[in-house]
Amino acid sequence: MAHSYTPGLKVIHNTKVEKIRRLPIKGDVLKKVGELLEPDDIVATTDLPGNVQMIKIANLLHVGPSDVKDVMIAKEGQFVKKGELIAETEGIFGFFKSDVKSPIDGTIESISNVTGQIVMRDAPIPVEIDAYTSGTVKEVFVNEGVKVEVDAAFIQGIFGIGGESRGIMEVVVEDRNHELRADIISESHKGKIIVGGSFISLKAYKKAIALGVAGVVVGGFNYFDLEDILGYTLGVAITGSEELGTSLIVTEGYGNIKMGQNTYDLLKEHHGKFVSINGATQIRAGVIRPEILIPLDADGLNKNKTSSSGQGINIGSLVRVIRAPYFGHMGKVVGLPSELKKMESETMVRVAEIKIDGEKLIIPRSNLEMIEID
Amino acid sequence: MTLKSILATDCGSTTTKAILIENIDGEYRLSHRGEAPTTVEAPFEDVTRGVLNAVMEIEELAGRKLLNDEEIITPQTDGDGVDIYISTSSAGGGLQMMVAGVVKSMSGESAERAALGAGSIVMDVMASNDGRLPHQKIKRIRDLRPDMILLSGGIDGGTVSHVVELAEILAAANPQPRLGQNYKLPVIYAGNKKAQEQIKDTLGDMVDLDVVENIRPVLERENLEPSRDKIHDLFMEHVMQQAPGYKKLMSWTDAPIMPTPGAVGSLIEMIAEKENITVVGVDIGGATTDIFSVFEGKFNRTVSANLGMSYSICNVLAESGLDNVLRWVPFDIDRKELTNRIGNKMIRPTTVPQSLEELFIEQAIAREALRLSFKQHKEFAVGLKGVQTERTISDAFDQSSSGQSLVNMMDLDLLVGSGGVLSHAPRREQSAKMLIDSFMPEGITQLAVDSIFMMPQLGVLANIDKEDLADEARKAALEVFHKDCLIRLGTCITPVGIAKSDEIIASIEMIFPNGSTIKQDLKKNDFLRLEAPYEAIKTTITPIKRMNVGAGPGEPIVTEIYGGVVGIILDGRDRPISIPSDPKKRLSELKKWSQAINEYPEY
Repeated sequence: MAHSYTPGLKVIHNTKVEKIRRLPIKGDVLKKVGELLEPDDIVATTDLPGNVQMIKIANLLHVGPSDVKDVMIAKEGQFVKKGELIAETEGIFGFFKSDVKSPIDGTIESISNVTGQIVMRDAPIPVEIDAYTSGTVKEVFVNEGVKVEVDAAFIQGIFGIGGESRGIMEVVVEDRNHELRADIISESHKGKIIVGGSFISLKAYKKAIALGVAGVVVGGFNYFDLEDILGYTLGVAITGSEELGTSLIVTEGYGNIKMGQNTYDLLKEHHGKFVSINGATQIRAGVIRPEILIPLDADGLNKNKTSSSGQGINIGSLVRVIRAPYFGHMGKVVGLPSELKKMESETMVRVAEIKIDGEKLIIPRSNLEMIEID
Repeated sequence: MTLKSILATDCGSTTTKAILIENIDGEYRLSHRGEAPTTVEAPFEDVTRGVLNAVMEIEELAGRKLLNDEEIITPQTDGDGVDIYISTSSAGGGLQMMVAGVVKSMSGESAERAALGAGSIVMDVMASNDGRLPHQKIKRIRDLRPDMILLSGGIDGGTVSHVVELAEILAAANPQPRLGQNYKLPVIYAGNKKAQEQIKDTLGDMVDLDVVENIRPVLERENLEPSRDKIHDLFMEHVMQQAPGYKKLMSWTDAPIMPTPGAVGSLIEMIAEKENITVVGVDIGGATTDIFSVFEGKFNRTVSANLGMSYSICNVLAESGLDNVLRWVPFDIDRKELTNRIGNKMIRPTTVPQSLEELFIEQAIAREALRLSFKQHKEFAVGLKGVQTERTISDAFDQSSSGQSLVNMMDLDLLVGSGGVLSHAPRREQSAKMLIDSFMPEGITQLAVDSIFMMPQLGVLANIDKEDLADEARKAALEVFHKDCLIRLGTCITPVGIAKSDEIIASIEMIFPNGSTIKQDLKKNDFLRLEAPYEAIKTTITPIKRMNVGAGPGEPIVTEIYGGVVGIILDGRDRPISIPSDPKKRLSELKKWSQAINEYPEY
C-alpha cells in the first residue's frame, strides 16, 4: 500500500479550525452567519422527546385488551398531570369502580386494543449546544447547528477520557521529561487546564479530579490504571461521555513517555491562555483524536501562518516511532528503501531509515508517525 | 459461456481490495491483486474512488486497460476490460441490525441467526422475556440507531399480543436510521402471520415495513431464507443507497453488492455442501472476529463484535483476563508493561510487530481472541431450542436437552483461518499453531489459511444470479478457491482420551504416493511435526484403547490425509490444552512445543 504510515497528530501554531456544533435531533439555531461567539454562548437548542412509560391498563383494571379504549378517560394526545385519573371502570351500578392514575406528568401517546396497554411520554428534555470555543459563525445548518471558525493553535493527543472542558492553561512542570506529580497539583489549579511532561500517576490524577482541575494534558498514563478511573476495563477506545470533571489528554501513549518536543513547546508558548479541550477519542474508521484548541489573539495571528502539509513521509521528515522497541523516539528520515525488509520478527515490511541521536535505525514505516508542524 | 476475466472488489472499512481472475489455458486463476485505502469518509466521501485506485493498481501490474473514463470496461474486448465486475462491502461499519423476538432463546435466536447469516452485525437482541423494562428497551433502540430491524415472534397461529407489544415499543422509540436523515428505517416483520395486520397498524407509516414469511412457523422448524433474502434486498435498496458513492458502484456491478461476511458465509456453505464436509472458517480482523461453521449440514455464523487484533485488542484482554493472555507469552514480562504495550496497539492500530517480543505478544492475544470467539460460536451454533423430542427408555439417563451445540470437534474436517494475524504471520507454522492452540481440533483435521482474504470476492462470484453467467461464475469461484485462495497448511492428528504422562497414545503409519513410509509413535503431551507435501497420504492411526481419533476409543482408522506447507502435526496434548501454572515449567513447555514445529527463530 502506498500510505502505510500513520498520519501524524497535529501540532500546529496557527491554523483555521472549524468546529461543527450540531444538535442530536432537529431544533432551533440561535446564531447567524458572521456573529462573534464566546465559548459559553448557546448556539442551538432543542427538546428531546421525553422518556416513555408503558402502562398495562387491561391488567390493572382486569378488563380485556379490546375494552381498554372504553375505560380510558384521558384520550390519545392529551396531556395529564401526575396523579390525574386516566382510566376507570364503570363498576357495578356505579359502585366498586377501579381506576388508574397517571404516574407522570406527560402525554398519552397511544392506546392499544391488542395488548391492552397505553404509552405515556414524559415532558420533553431541553438540550442546549454551546459554542465550545470563541470564534465566528461560518455556516448555519438550518434546524441543526452551526459551523464555528476560529484562528487557533491546535494540538491533537493520542488518547483521552472525559468530554469537553475549558479554562486557563498552565504548564506546571519544568520540562517535557518531568512527571506531573501529585505534590505539584494544588487548589490554585481548580478550573484550569494543567500541562505536565512525561506521565501522570493514578494518585496524581485522582488528586486533580478531587481539586476540580478542568483538564490534564500529559505524555503518558498507565493503561492498567484506567480501570480504577472508569470503573470498567476499557476494551475499545471510544471515549468522551465519561463524567469525570477532569478531562485527561495523553499526547504520546500508555506508559511513561516524555511529551513530544513540539507539543510541549507549543503548549508552553501559550501558558496562561484560555483554551478549550476535548478528551473524546474514537479509534476506528473515522478516527477522532482528543484535542487542545488555543484561540489566537492578534499577536498570535501574525506569527507563522500554516499550510498543513498532509504529505506522506519523505526524506527529511520529522517522525516519531510509535511501537516498541524504540517507542517514543523521534528522528529524521534519512532513507526510504523501496524493497521490503525482514524485521527481527521476520515480518517483511516497507521500512524507513531514521537517524535518532546520531544512530541510524531501521523502522517499519507503519510504526512511524509524522509530526505535522507548521 | 466461458468467461475471459473477472474483476472483484471488497470495500472494507479501511482498505479496498481488488482481485483479477483470468481464464488461463482453460483454468480460472487469480492473476493480479491491488489495494487502496477505502474512500467512504471525508475528504473523498465516494467509495468508487478507492475502487478505482485499487483497480488502477491492477492495471499497472497486469499491463492491461480495465478503466475507461473512470468506469470499468465490461465486457472484455481485445484484451481491454473484464467480463464481470462484482463487489462486496463492509465499509462504514458494515450492516448493523437489531433483532427482536418474543422468547429470547427461540424466535429471538432464530432472528439473530437470520441476521448474522445475511452478514450483519447484531447490535442487540430484544425479547419480551429479556428482563428489561419497556422504557429501557426504548432507550436502547434510540441509542443504537441500527440500519435495519428484524422483528419476529410467535409461531403461526400463536401469540399475537407479545409480538404487537414489541412493535409498540418500537413505535414508541421512533428509531432513526444511522445513515441519512431523509429515509425511513427499514423494518422486516417475520413473525406470526396472524399478527401481520396489527403490526402494520402499529408501525404504520413510521417505518418502512416489509412483511415476510414467519422465521419460526412451527417450533420444530426455522425458515431463515425469506428473512435473509429480504435483508440483502434492503441492504442494497436502503442502507447502501445512503453510503457515499454506492449508487454509482451499484450501477457498475453485474450482481448485487453483498455484505462481506454474507459473501464469505455463502462460499463456505457452498464448499461444505459440494464436498460433503464439515467446515469451520474464521476471519480475525482489527475490530471483530467472524466465525462460520457447517455441521450436520447447518450453516451458522457469529460475529464477536469486540474481539479483534487492533481496535478492540484491549477488549480481548478484558474478556479473557491478563493471566489467560500471559500463559501464551513465551518470555518473562511485567504485567503493567504488557498491558501498556497492548493498550498502545489499540490506540495506534496500524503498527506492526518489529521485534520478536512484540510478535509473541500479538500472537498470544490472537490465541485468546480466537478461543473466545469460538466459544461464543459453539454456544450459538446449536439445535433449535424449545423443540419437544420423543424420548425412549434408553434415553432416560441421557441428560441432553434441546439446543445442544452442533459443533463437534471430532467431526471437523477442515479449519480455515483468515485475517492479518493468520494470513500474514511471518511463518506458516505460526498460523497452524495458533489455529491448533485456540480451536483445539480433535481427531483428524485439515488446516488451511486464506492467502490474501479473497473469500469475500469469491463468495459474491459464486452468488451471481444472471442465468447466462451463474454456472461459469460458480465454477470460477471454486477453481480459484482451491488453487489460489487456500494455502494448505497440513493436517493435525489429535487422539483424545485419558492417558498417563509420556505414555504412547497412538501409532501412526503413513505411506506416501512415492512408496516411502513413515512410522511414528505419539506420546502423551508430545507435539510433533512431520514434513509432508499436499498430496494424498495413506495413513493408519492406531490409538491405545482409552484414546479416540474418530472411530471410537481404541479403534484404528485407515484413511487418506493431506500434508501441506507445514506438514502433518501430531498433537498429544490434552483437550483443553493444559499449560503449567509454574512460570518456569510454563516457559519450558511453550518452548518445547514451539521448537517442535519450528515456530519462531531461536530465542
